[in-house]
Amino acid sequence: MVKTAVELCGIKLDNPVIPASGTFGFGYEFAEFYDINILGSISLKGSTKEARFGNPTPRIAECPAGLINSVGLQNPGIDEAVNKEYPLLAKVYKKPVIQNISGFSVEEFAYCAAKASESDMVGIIEVNVSCPNVHGGGAAFGTDPDRIYEVTRAVREVTSKPVFVKLSPNVTDIKIMAKACAAGGADGITLINTLSGMRIDLKTRKPVVKMKAGGYSGAGVFPIALKMVYDVYETVTLPIMGVGGITSARDVVEMMLAGATAVQIGTANLIDPYACKTIIEQLPSVMESYKIDDLSKIIGGAH
Amino acid sequence: MKKEIMTIISNERLTTGVYEMRLKGDVTAITAPGQFVNIALAGFSLRRPISVCDVGKDELTLVYKVVGRGTEYMSGLKKGFALDILVGLGNGYSVSKTSKKALVIGGGVGLPPLYLLTEKLFEAGKLVDVIMGFNTKSEIFYADKFRSLGANVTITTVDGSEGIKGFVTDAMTGADYDYFYACGPLPMLKAVEKNTFGKGQISLEERMGCGFGACLGCSIQTRNGAKRVCKDGPVFEKGEVIW
Ligand SMILES: Cc1cc2nc3c(=O)[nH]c(=O)nc-3n(C[C@H](O)[C@H](O)[C@H](O)COP(=O)(O)OP(=O)(O)OC[C@H]3O[C@@H](n4cnc5c(N)ncnc54)[C@H](O)[C@@H]3O)c2cc1C
Ligand SMILES: Cc1cc2nc3c(=O)[nH]c(=O)nc-3n(C[C@H](O)[C@H](O)[C@H](O)COP(=O)(O)O)c2cc1C
Ligand code: FES
Repeated sequence: MVKTAVELCGIKLDNPVIPASGTFGFGYEFAEFYDINILGSISLKGSTKEARFGNPTPRIAECPAGLINSVGLQNPGIDEAVNKEYPLLAKVYKKPVIQNISGFSVEEFAYCAAKASESDMVGIIEVNVSCPNVHGGGAAFGTDPDRIYEVTRAVREVTSKPVFVKLSPNVTDIKIMAKACAAGGADGITLINTLSGMRIDLKTRKPVVKMKAGGYSGAGVFPIALKMVYDVYETVTLPIMGVGGITSARDVVEMMLAGATAVQIGTANLIDPYACKTIIEQLPSVMESYKIDDLSKIIGGAH
Repeated sequence: MKKEIMTIISNERLTTGVYEMRLKGDVTAITAPGQFVNIALAGFSLRRPISVCDVGKDELTLVYKVVGRGTEYMSGLKKGFALDILVGLGNGYSVSKTSKKALVIGGGVGLPPLYLLTEKLFEAGKLVDVIMGFNTKSEIFYADKFRSLGANVTITTVDGSEGIKGFVTDAMTGADYDYFYACGPLPMLKAVEKNTFGKGQISLEERMGCGFGACLGCSIQTRNGAKRVCKDGPVFEKGEVIW
């Protein structure tokens, strides 16, 4: 029997496979398809202080190896998430979850972290710094190491749960951003969020999504995510959750060799609702075929 | 919803650019007319949503128009080819809202889901008038199939080459019904909402990431809050959608 379990900041995961935020809702709807307790954990929909409808449609554009989304952080607000969505999830899922949070000011991040931390269900707070800072001229928090540091500090102060900062790949040097997370007191780093991208409709000669541009994700981003995980692993000693373009158990192993302790799977769930289940089921035989008996031993093995 | 591997029984051209595909497989996940399926196509990242046009025992019929590369690829598929399909998505129309007589209004490839609806309305003992809107005579499909279900069919064409010249709304004056159902392009749905009396249901289209409620790619604003076209829809009540 191969060992698929890994440990993330003291939380034992049966396997490293975690659905990524924004592609799995608040989890319970996937319980219609399979027993979601097989998952290592779940990263819940990115939530903000206030409820948000998000952007106008079209929000989705197909790409050769993935998609562009401009959902715009549609969510019910963190209070509603904790009060209404968590009880629904609690009925079908018994393991600690990851609450992904976002904000348009440092205070909003802190508010969401504090609120989510009130729930026993939450094992990890994941801070999405890819959204615009309204007090900073609209540039994303995640493109400025000082803002990353500031947000990390603020969240760190209001919660006793492990804090993962989820980085944006739309930066010149991911290593600088990773160092800012470490300096701010993060317990771990999740990477990557979506890459800025666009499609244009040849018939209308206009961008496909209403907001013109959006975030590109899916199989096509895998090599980019892998390289960033590899680079960050060499830069900081924090555990990493590797995300971006993972579609198979082989990709999981590859991402872990690059330095990820756990992995998240996003777009693959949208194309096949059973993607995580299939990957978890394939993992033991893939491990055997590469002579891996304990997954936790291969983390960073490519360095 | 069920993920099924379905096999093509036939895939035939009905009229210019419009095809009818019959598939074999488990269709038990389909619980109401107006639901759709989401089809994975080799070489394409996203599935293609297509309405359920008809169901039989272990059999599904789809009618689709070639509008881009995905539907073009579909049109070339041959008998015996297997497709990975998410079956039974969305809420669907509610037949029980009609007490005696329904008005069914479809524009172009908005008609397919209305076929199963009409079938179910007759099964439930209701009367059905159908208005079918097309641009021109050569685009017409399924008129005889609707008639053979027992429906009273009126055709409109924009250029007047068949039936009433104009839009579906031009055939609605004097219509007598207690509930209506519509599916078609957005301008048609808006006009139908304006020109119908009483209650009814409309079916919307939206670009989809998943088709089963996970990504929030298809959200629209309604009088009852944000709703997902793929999961809370595609069928909405008249007046519910904020245009
Ligand atoms: C609930 C629902 C039911 C539908 N039922 C039918 C039907 O019964 N018959 C039929 O002919 N068509 C139907 N459509 C429209 C059909 O999904 C599109 O025509 C098809 O996806 C186009 O794919 P393509 O690759 O040929 O076009 P492309 O333009 O190349 O597609 C590019 C991307 O845009 C998406 N897209 C393009 N047009 C539409 C559209 N109108 N709606 C949603 N996504 C779109 C495609 O799925 C794909 O992801 C339905 C759409 C929805 C949402
Ligand atoms: C529809 C959609 C919604 C997303 N929403 C969020 C979100 O709310 N918060 C977040 O941190 N990331 C969000 N993401 C990014 C994913 O969590 C993930 O980082 C990214 O898609 C790359 O992984 P993938 O290639 O496996 O999808 C979203 C992605 C998609 C496709
Ligand atoms: S298409 Fe994903 S939620 Fe509707």
